[in-house]
Amino acid sequence: MIRPHDSVIVQTLAKVFTPIIQLFALYVLVHGHDSPGGGFQAGTLFAASVILPIFAFGIQDSQTMLERRAIILGGIGILLYAGIGLLPLILGQEFLNYGELPIPGMETSARRHWGILGIEIGVTIAVAATAVSIFYSLIGRGKGEEK
Amino acid sequence: MTLFDDYLLLLLVVVMALGAAFVRDLLSGVLILAAYSFFLALLWAGLGAVDVAFTEAVVGAGLSTVFFLVALFLTSHQEEVRKQPQVRIITLGSLGVLGFLLLFGSADLPVVGDPESLPNKHVSSTYLRKSLEETDTPNVVTAVLADYRSFDTLGETAVIFTAGVACWMLLRRRDDSAT
Repeated sequence: MIRPHDSVIVQTLAKVFTPIIQLFALYVLVHGHDSPGGGFQAGTLFAASVILPIFAFGIQDSQTMLERRAIILGGIGILLYAGIGLLPLILGQEFLNYGELPIPGMETSARRHWGILGIEIGVTIAVAATAVSIFYSLIGRGKGEEK
Repeated sequence: MTLFDDYLLLLLVVVMALGAAFVRDLLSGVLILAAYSFFLALLWAGLGAVDVAFTEAVVGAGLSTVFFLVALFLTSHQEEVRKQPQVRIITLGSLGVLGFLLLFGSADLPVVGDPESLPNKHVSSTYLRKSLEETDTPNVVTAVLADYRSFDTLGETAVIFTAGVACWMLLRRRDDSAT
């Protein structure tokens, strides 16, 4: 149901902006410790970088794979989050206590720093995949009714 | 001057909200709602809640607008004009009472940034003082969200994932279930 956009301006801008959005999303993710942002915002930006080309170029056949698998990727993101939380629990500490993560040769504060980054990556994957999955669900429904 | 800017933004937010509620064309309504979120994000930024502003701009003005637009593709752009329902006097009265109570309650809210207010005297000052030393993270919001209150964030992520699963189950194409 989403056809390629007629305007060459829109298509060119989408080509230019997609990698920039992805780069910015990566920046927001890894720079969340020092500046505003973090997993939720980065995930949404990643989802935007997937959705923008669809609006500009229409839906491609090669994307049907992603369409069905996106929600599984969302589950993997949450598992990554909970898995990092479980590591200290296995070692006899509290759930999600990153200070006790088994990373050798590091201060407790540095471990918590890297633990935060780890769970932010999990949040990013979960949010991005879920947003893309909802988007595909919505447009997929329209395609089915046209037949 | 800053106070004036805040009131101007607040006025714009209210105008946008009313516009989104009253406009007949649903496409315009969605775009007005995006503008509403954008002005709200500016308001948050003005209050110093930059992380909230970022989320509001990205999710409120960006992603939810896209979802609304795609949902509009599935239905009609025009709001169906039905016979205006009779506004009952009791509805109007109870809404008025509710608004009065909310305004009355807001008079007791602490001033923004008041160090003596109850929320600022609880754990938040500990977080502000210790987050850099304990978690190596200058941005206190990230430290609170992802470390001190990590369990809540895990729950929030699970909620988003659940919403995605629900959408997938409700909206998937029928021929998908056959394969």
